[in-house]
Amino acid sequence: MFELRLHGRGGQGIVTAAELLVKAASIEGRWGQSIPMFGAERRGAPVVAYARVSDKPIRVHSQIYEPDAVAVFDPKIIEIVNVISGLKNGGVIILNTSKSMRKLKLDSYKVVTVDATKIAVNLKLVIAGFPIVNTAMTGAIVKATGLVKLESVITAIRNTWSREIADENVKAVETAYEEAIGINYGNA
Amino acid sequence: MRVVLTGNHAAAYAALLSRVEVVAAYPITPQTQIVEKLAEFIEEGRLKAKYIRVESEHSAMAAIIGASAAGARTFTATASHGLIYMNEMVFWAGNARLPIVMAVVCRALAPPWNIWTEHTDILAQRDTGWIQFFCEDNQEVLDTIIQAFKVAEDDRVLLPVMVGLDAFILSHTATPINVPEQEDIDRFLPPRKPLPFILDVDNPLTHSNMTYPDQTMEFRYRLQKAMERAKRVIVEVDEEYGRLTGRRYSGLLDCYRCEDADLGVIVMGSSAGDAKEAIDKLRDEGYKPGVVRIRVFRPFPREELREICRGFKAIAIIDRDLSPGLGGILYTETLTSLYDLGSRPIVQNYIAGLGGRDISVSDFKLIVRELYRSIEEGVETIPIRWIGVEGVKL
Repeated sequence: MFELRLHGRGGQGIVTAAELLVKAASIEGRWGQSIPMFGAERRGAPVVAYARVSDKPIRVHSQIYEPDAVAVFDPKIIEIVNVISGLKNGGVIILNTSKSMRKLKLDSYKVVTVDATKIAVNLKLVIAGFPIVNTAMTGAIVKATGLVKLESVITAIRNTWSREIADENVKAVETAYEEAIGINYGNA
Repeated sequence: MRVVLTGNHAAAYAALLSRVEVVAAYPITPQTQIVEKLAEFIEEGRLKAKYIRVESEHSAMAAIIGASAAGARTFTATASHGLIYMNEMVFWAGNARLPIVMAVVCRALAPPWNIWTEHTDILAQRDTGWIQFFCEDNQEVLDTIIQAFKVAEDDRVLLPVMVGLDAFILSHTATPINVPEQEDIDRFLPPRKPLPFILDVDNPLTHSNMTYPDQTMEFRYRLQKAMERAKRVIVEVDEEYGRLTGRRYSGLLDCYRCEDADLGVIVMGSSAGDAKEAIDKLRDEGYKPGVVRIRVFRPFPREELREICRGFKAIAIIDRDLSPGLGGILYTETLTSLYDLGSRPIVQNYIAGLGGRDISVSDFKLIVRELYRSIEEGVETIPIRWIGVEGVKL
């Protein structure tokens, strides 16, 4: 079983990203759970969601304490939330950033970066001035973890949204999958 | 058809497949998505039902009672404060023996304000004359609501049914589930029969009116007998559903690795899966525990539970609820059922997961190891133990 924790801000679509991964797993005949953590969040507040993917039915319903990977939808979150809490040694961090990795001190993990914000803005995936980075980040998560197949995510997107919306989001997934860069695996 | 659904949407799909005719509901977190989805189904024409908008949960149940008395298949959903506000009408529906089905997304009561899971809201309704189910996962939510209509409308039963699902842990968590074909459900659940009577302007009758002390007890006696008969009907319906879909839930309670177990963990709701996971790991360490998941709380599976517990040296009862001044509600009911067993196991009550606090696999492992220590040391049981409360040691 693979366990992923997603960090972002209310409105960035972390729950949708978790659901897309589970839908992709379901398309592959596998199992999954997309678990949102609701509180009193509003748009812009730090939020967390979880996803599990497994080849067998999943019985556990508790939260994820030792994820195999964490996805960070907004790099600023790192300054206020301990995003690597419980992350397994050698675990994967998928980070939305335009910065070069040298400036990030996360060297005991495998780090994969993608400029999901730029991808979303270029594709006009923006609602009320807020870039919706969920599909681009999903592409990067798939590239970094191999959790599900890229084609399954694309099918899941096409099953979820109308053609017009799906087209742009498929482009976001494909672009992020292409552009996501893995940097050093440090001393993990 | 395999689709990824939240527990809330699984509940809405179950009502759709059951071809409910009247829905009346008032929104409340974390239930709102159920009735929103049903409103959507009606709007799209997929569900031919009347949606009655009301100003409160009390009115929602009142409207449903009227519709059910007139012969309609009815459904509603609520949670927490909504359920408690509805309380007067919940008793009315039970005492009137109306086959209503209601999804209850189990949620804590305030203060402090809390939207997360706890079973105290639904268990506070245990004396209302409703059958009560607790679900372990989203698939079971869908399957149980469909089964619930068949149980409720059976002429040996004629009782309303609540189907409980844990707030957020099931209601908002999306998982792949199998949605049965409409034609299969139509065969399993034909339209409601007008039993034993319905309100009909052409054949007027009165319903639920005044009785004197020399008549009322007979109604309660029949209600109790209907509850007793419901046990058998629940098992039959579950078996028939199993033949149709390949999925069944062991009727009243689900026993996991109990055959050779010397210790039982008794639990309700979504954390049963975590308990099973913990038990598998403890078995690898040489222990022999099992899990008993209470699926039906009313009618309480007294005889079935006694039969299983006979073989245990000790029992851990996990309550995600609290009756302040006494302890866990499931604990109390279980003790009552086991009192006259020849040799009684050690019974230990654990209060855990109130207000949505997580109950992890490690918590279950801790509980079971501690109870084994009690057996070895011959320790007297301590009535209540609290899991994960700051400053309180297990």
